[in-house]
Parts: sequence; C-alpha cells; structure tokens
Amino acid sequence: MNIQFMKFRKLALTLSFALLLISIVSLVFKNLELGLDFTGGVLVEIQLKENLEDLEQIRGLLDEKNIDNYVLNFSGSQNDVSIKIPGGADSSNAESLKIVLEENYEFDLRKEEFIGPQIGEELRDQGGLGLLLALLIMAVYIMFRFQYKFAVGAIFALVHDVLIVVGMFSLFSIDFDLTVLAAVLAVIGYSLNDTIVVSDRIRENFRKKRRSETIALIDRSLTQMLGRTLITSLTTLLVLFALLIFGGDAIQNFSIALIIGVVAGTYSSIYIVCNTLISMNITADDLAIKKSERFDDGMP
Amino acid sequence: MRFQAWKIFSILIVLSIGIIFSLPNIFPPDPSVQITTASAGDGFSNKFLDDLKDLSKKTDIDTLSFEKTGKSILIRTNSYQDQILLKDYLQKELNENFVVALNLAANTPDWLKALNAKPMKLGLDLRGGVNFLMEVDTELLLQTKLESTASVIRNSLRDERVKMNFIEIEENKILVSLVDDEKTEIFNGIVNDLGNLDIDLDQNLVYELSFSDEEIDETIDYAVLQNLTTLRNRVNELGVSEPVVQREGRKRISVQLPGIQDTAEAKKIIGKTANLEFRLEAKDNSLASRVESFPYRGLKTRLEKKVIISGDRVSDASVGFDENGFPQVNISLDSDGGAQMHRATRNNVGTRMAVLFVERKTLSDVDSGINSIKNFYDKRIISLATIQSALANQFRITGLDSPAEASELALLLRAGALAAPMNFVEEGTIGPSLGADNIRLGINSLILGLSLVLVFMIFYYKVFGFIANLAVLLNLILIASIMSILSATLTLPGIAGIVLTIGMAVDANVLIFSRIREELKRKLKPLEAITSGYNRAFITIVDANLTTLIVALILYIVGTGPIQGFAITLSVGILTSMFTAILFTRMLVFFIYARRRNIEKIWI
Repeated sequence: MNIQFMKFRKLALTLSFALLLISIVSLVFKNLELGLDFTGGVLVEIQLKENLEDLEQIRGLLDEKNIDNYVLNFSGSQNDVSIKIPGGADSSNAESLKIVLEENYEFDLRKEEFIGPQIGEELRDQGGLGLLLALLIMAVYIMFRFQYKFAVGAIFALVHDVLIVVGMFSLFSIDFDLTVLAAVLAVIGYSLNDTIVVSDRIRENFRKKRRSETIALIDRSLTQMLGRTLITSLTTLLVLFALLIFGGDAIQNFSIALIIGVVAGTYSSIYIVCNTLISMNITADDLAIKKSERFDDGMP
Repeated sequence: MRFQAWKIFSILIVLSIGIIFSLPNIFPPDPSVQITTASAGDGFSNKFLDDLKDLSKKTDIDTLSFEKTGKSILIRTNSYQDQILLKDYLQKELNENFVVALNLAANTPDWLKALNAKPMKLGLDLRGGVNFLMEVDTELLLQTKLESTASVIRNSLRDERVKMNFIEIEENKILVSLVDDEKTEIFNGIVNDLGNLDIDLDQNLVYELSFSDEEIDETIDYAVLQNLTTLRNRVNELGVSEPVVQREGRKRISVQLPGIQDTAEAKKIIGKTANLEFRLEAKDNSLASRVESFPYRGLKTRLEKKVIISGDRVSDASVGFDENGFPQVNISLDSDGGAQMHRATRNNVGTRMAVLFVERKTLSDVDSGINSIKNFYDKRIISLATIQSALANQFRITGLDSPAEASELALLLRAGALAAPMNFVEEGTIGPSLGADNIRLGINSLILGLSLVLVFMIFYYKVFGFIANLAVLLNLILIASIMSILSATLTLPGIAGIVLTIGMAVDANVLIFSRIREELKRKLKPLEAITSGYNRAFITIVDANLTTLIVALILYIVGTGPIQGFAITLSVGILTSMFTAILFTRMLVFFIYARRRNIEKIWI
C-alpha cells in the first residue's frame, strides 16, 4: 500500500512558496544579523564575580568614555556580560574596554576578539563563493550520476533549504556567524544526501516497471523510503538537540541552523525534488539504461 | 553468504591500527610549568627542588609532581587554569635568572611513544589562549623597495656621470628623465643589471620603471617567509608550549599561543612591528626632496631619507651601560650590514647619525565607517650621535631613556626585526575558564547524542541495531586515531562535526537494514535478504556520502580556522563511517549468521 504523497503536492508547493517569500522579504528588508566574523569589530565577554540587576551601570561607564555604537547584553546568566562593537573598531578598543571594566568590576575574562574589516569582507566573499561552488559541483555530479532533471530538482531543493535557513535567521534576528555558515554548508551536504537516496529509489523503480504511471511510481518510491528517511532525520535531530541543549553558547546557533536545515532538507527531498520531476515530465525513457550498459546487465 | 578472508584480515588490521593510535588520547598530557635557569651547566640542586615544593605549598594550587629532568624542573598540575596561576606565581617569586614557561608533560606510555602515537592537540577554544592574524603591508613593502631601487639608480647614474633632469617615484613607478638622450644605452645597462624591472618610454621621453609581477610576488613571498622566521624567534622568547606560527594565504601569518592570557603582553613582544633605521643627518645643501624632519629633544632635526641599514641586518644585540652609567645597546651587524655601515660612515666622520625607532600603529575612526582604519608610522629618533670614526660590524646605541627600554630594544633586535611591516588583522583571547567549559559542554553533548542514538538503534533494529552501535563506536575510535595520526587539532566546531557524523553515520546502516527488511517482506530467505540488502544499498551509500564529502572538501578549501576544523572531522567521519557501516557491520553479520543453516528469522 502506498502513501499518496503526491496528492498533496500543490499544497506543499504553496507552503514552500509562502516560506520562501517570507525568507526573501525578510532578507531584503530586514537583512541578516551578520556576526562579528563578517562585519569585523571587537567583542569582549566577561564573567563578573557578582550578579548584576541590569546593565545600566556598565552602559553609563561606556557612554562616559565616549565609546559608542556598542551592543551590550547578558550572555547566559546575570553575571555573563558581552560587549560588542561591530564595524570599524580596532584592537585598541578591546584594550580600552577591558581597562574601563577592570577599574570598576572584578571579573574573569572569558573571551576577547578583534576582527579587522578586511577579514570580514573576505569572509563574506569566500562564504558566498563556497555556497555557489558547492551548488555547482553538486549539479554536475548529479547530472553525471543521474540525469539533468534530477539535477534541476536537487538544485531547487538545495536553494530552497539554504534560503529558508538563512531567511529564518534573518526573520528571528539570530546572529549569522562563521559557524552558522559552516552549518549551512553542512545542510547542503545533508539535504543532498537525502535527495540522492530518494532519487536513487525513483530511478530504480522507473527502470523496473516501465509502464507504471509516474505519480504512482513516485508515491511508491517515497513510501518505500519513508522508514529510512524518518529514522535518519530522527537520529540526526536527536544529536542536534543534544548539541543545542548541552553544547553551550558557542554552537547554539550552529545547532539551530542545522535543525531547521535537516527538517527543510527532509521535506524538500520529498516535495521539491518530486514536484520538479513531475512538472518536467520525467519518464522511464529518461532513465533507460543505455544500450552498452544493457548488454552487460545479465538480467533475463 | 560469503566474506573473503582477505577482507576480514584487512578489517582487522585497520581496527588494530585505529585502536593503537587512538589510545594516546586516553592519556592526555598534564598541563605543567617548566623552570629552566639562565646560568646553565650546573643544573638544579635537590635543595632548590625542596624550596620550590615549599613555595608551591604556600598557594592553594594543587600540584601532581615535581620532576627534575636534566637542566629543567617540570611541575605537573591538574588543569590549564592551575598551570597559569602557578606560572604567574612562580615568575613573581623566582628571580630573573630563572625562566618559567608553560609546558605540556606527556603521559603517553613508552610503548606507544615508540610507535610515534600521540594524542590529539586541543585547539585554543578548548585550552584557552591567544591568537593573532597578521598581514604584511604589501603596499608599503613595495614603496620601500621602489625607494631603495631609485636610490641605487641615482647613485649608478652619478657614478657613470650621466646627468638627469629628475628621478622620482610616482604611484608604483620610478620616473627618470635624462638630460642627454644619447646616454640611453648606459641607462638601459644599469636598469638591466638590476633585473626584473620593466621599462617604458612615454611621449615626453620620461622613462617609467616598474616591477614585474613575478618580482612583486617574489618580494612579498620573501618578506612573509622572513617574517615567519622572525615571529618564530619572538614566540620562542615567550616560553609557551606548542605555539603555532604558520603562513596563511599569500600575505598572512597566523600565531597561536596556547595558555597565554595577557594579549597586551604577548602583543608587545610578537606584534611589535618595530624596526630600526640608521640614517645620516642631512647636510645643509641636501635637496629638500631627500630630507625628512623629526623632532628630537625639542629641536627639529633634518635627516636624509636614505636608510643606511635597517634592523634586519642586526645579528646580535645586548644591553650594557656606558661610562656614565646610562643604558646602552651593543649591536653586532652581519657582514653585509657592516660593509654598508662602513661605506656610509667613512666619508662622514664628524656628521651625526640618527637611530630611528619605527613603530607601526593603527588609528581608527569609528564614525566614518568600516574602512577607516589607517596605519601610520610612529617614527622617533632614539639616538643622535656624532660619528667618531668609520663604523663597522660592532657599535653601540646610547641615549636610551631607561634600562627597560634598552632591554626591550635589544630583545627586539635580537629576535630579528620584521623584514616588512605587518598589521594585526585579527586577534582573540579565550579565557581558560571558557576553554574548560567548552570541553565539558562538547563532551557532554557528545555523550548525550551518542547514547540517544545507541538506545534508539537497539530499540528499532534489535540485533542489527547492536551491530550498528558497535560500528558507531568503532567509528569514533577511528576518527580519534586518524585525527591523532594527522596531528590535527580538535576544536569545538570539530567536536560538533563528530557529533553530527554520529547522527549521519547511522544513515548508511539504516539504508542497509531497511533494504534487508524490504527484501524479507518480498519473501526472500534471511541470508539472501542480507546479501541483497548490502549489495543494493551499497551504491546509494557511496553516492550519498561522496556528495557530502565534496561539500566538506569545499568547506575546507574556502574556510578558515573553525570551519576547517569542522570540515576535517566531517570528512574523516564520512570516510570512517562508510568503512564501518559497509565493511565492518557486514563482517559482524557474517560471523553471526553465516555458519548457521536454515535460519528462519533474523532480529531486525
């Protein structure tokens, strides 16, 4: 018995378009909250010996020293304070920040960072380049291993997943830093993994029964793979939630990006890929084993 | 069901290599403090060792052991935090004849050491420490090179008695205009001797000289390599264990100092992009374009722009005191430097020579946006003294403000001056407490994620789930051993990569097992179902993993620092998980089921 996945394909398409629209609108109008890695700037994180009620006192101190353009907040508990000055700061700003704080508080320095503006700029370029390169190589690989219709489907799925992850980060104003970029690239790897497993089964079934109707065949393939798809997503999500809950601040956003990505990737390998295949009229002939291969097949 | 003996054999070999080389990680090194004495030769007495023990007892820092090894004493502590506290304490208590440095005392058993098996290194984010990324100022480097080339050409033309209208530097070019066109041949000869200069003649008969691209690349390359050596020397003066000084990209150098806490102190030594320039005082009739003015003791002092030699010619420098008890720095030059110094000073006895201290500073202007950081040179005259006689390889600088300044200058000169000025483009400090937290959090989430997956797999796939779990555990061992063999550094994103790999590593097994279940549903016999399940899932697994591997490789190529750490563990994890999922579990299944005939049911 097959689950009729494709019955809901129009609904799924609408959902995807809605999500993509929200993502793109948010990216255009709200922008990404780029982390220090990309903007350059100074970051100081300290752990105070006593808890603070609020940050007004520190704010007053910074204003007094004419340090402006800063972002001040608690990171975690009431005694963990993080101060960020994005943009054209230089390393001496970190020093003066520390000196101001040292004069007034007792604390443990947790982390201090200075990133020059040229580094941030380069990273933005490299990150974009990395994403494009990954997409391109994937497309070529799938075209070579499968067929161009699958490549189109896979690229749609990847763009869909990346846009949704990045869009959600923009929508909820979550810091997008270097580790999140790594997570987005890992999402590409994961989503592609899923897409290939599903495509692989569709291809196999097309080659087995030439006369079957396309939609029924895709439904059957998806039903066969459902158990595997769910279990793999589930185990991956299990460890990701472990990372999110116990991994600490440093990999929190990384885990969030991957969780969104894994859910989107699982969904897109079903609906985006198959929708693309159906609308491009995939047929058994597209996947027929070439003559030379058929001779070696040895099947009766 | 068949499984060839050679496959079993190679799996067992990989297994044993994996286990042996991951073993050292069970014996992590102890953070320790090493004390050496400057007055070498005599080693340490037992009394000194006892004194040291008493001294350490006065603090509440726990020590594990005191070891006397040759000319040094090694004190092992429990944690990186204790190590730093103890180092700071001892440095304060011991006099300056002792060098107190951070170290990592290995705990690897001897038989593992004999195999050259080492534990993984921990990244700065797990250990705490300071990192810098520095960039060679190529623009300034080339400007300096242009200036020195122009001065060589000017001198050569003068020697050949070729008159010129002007020689000047404009942007990236040297412009030369000769009075007499017929002297062109001599001019060309001089330029050709210099090599690697492109000559152009514009319509006004002005020669435009510029460096070829290869020459520029070579110059930058040379400067970066030279600076790499210099920085290594300087880092060694700091006394940290396992420092990393490496080139990154075309013109950057990354410096990582585990255990160091005080950025300012480290920067003072490493980062001082200071250099010395020796220059003659300008004569009254010197051309204005070749003269620069600096204030010195309240007076404007005019110096020649031409640099006789700079700090990179110094082979040794030490602190001393002059006749009046003022600090001085004794300098020895290399032979080239000595010759140049001699040439410049022999005809200028009686003239004054200045020592310029050149320090690079950054000035930022937050208001005007991101690219407003300006680098500028703080040049000040630290000594201006009359040349008493022609100088050569040995001479001294006097007129320094304090013994501290003298010793810092000597240290900088000794450790080598930078061949090209550098900027700090990135710097970071991770406190030891954050490092400890990161390790704890990383390991906790690793254990939690791992156990969730293990429990789930047993629940869902029963016997086969158990087999898959063995594969996942072996996978971890293999990742650890490969990282150790590659002596890769484990970072927090690296741990995240490993955790992610665990989640994805079961995918291959899930593919195989769900295929076996399908085949069973198609009424295949258990053993046939197993064989067919493995065979059919194989291609899917390879396809799926290969693409993820490509992504990991792109991450490694494009990324820096933390991203590379993630990419390394991810790629290693993909490779090992393919090995364990496809080959190792198949071997286990073979051992369990192959010998039994007539199996009616398998637990999957």
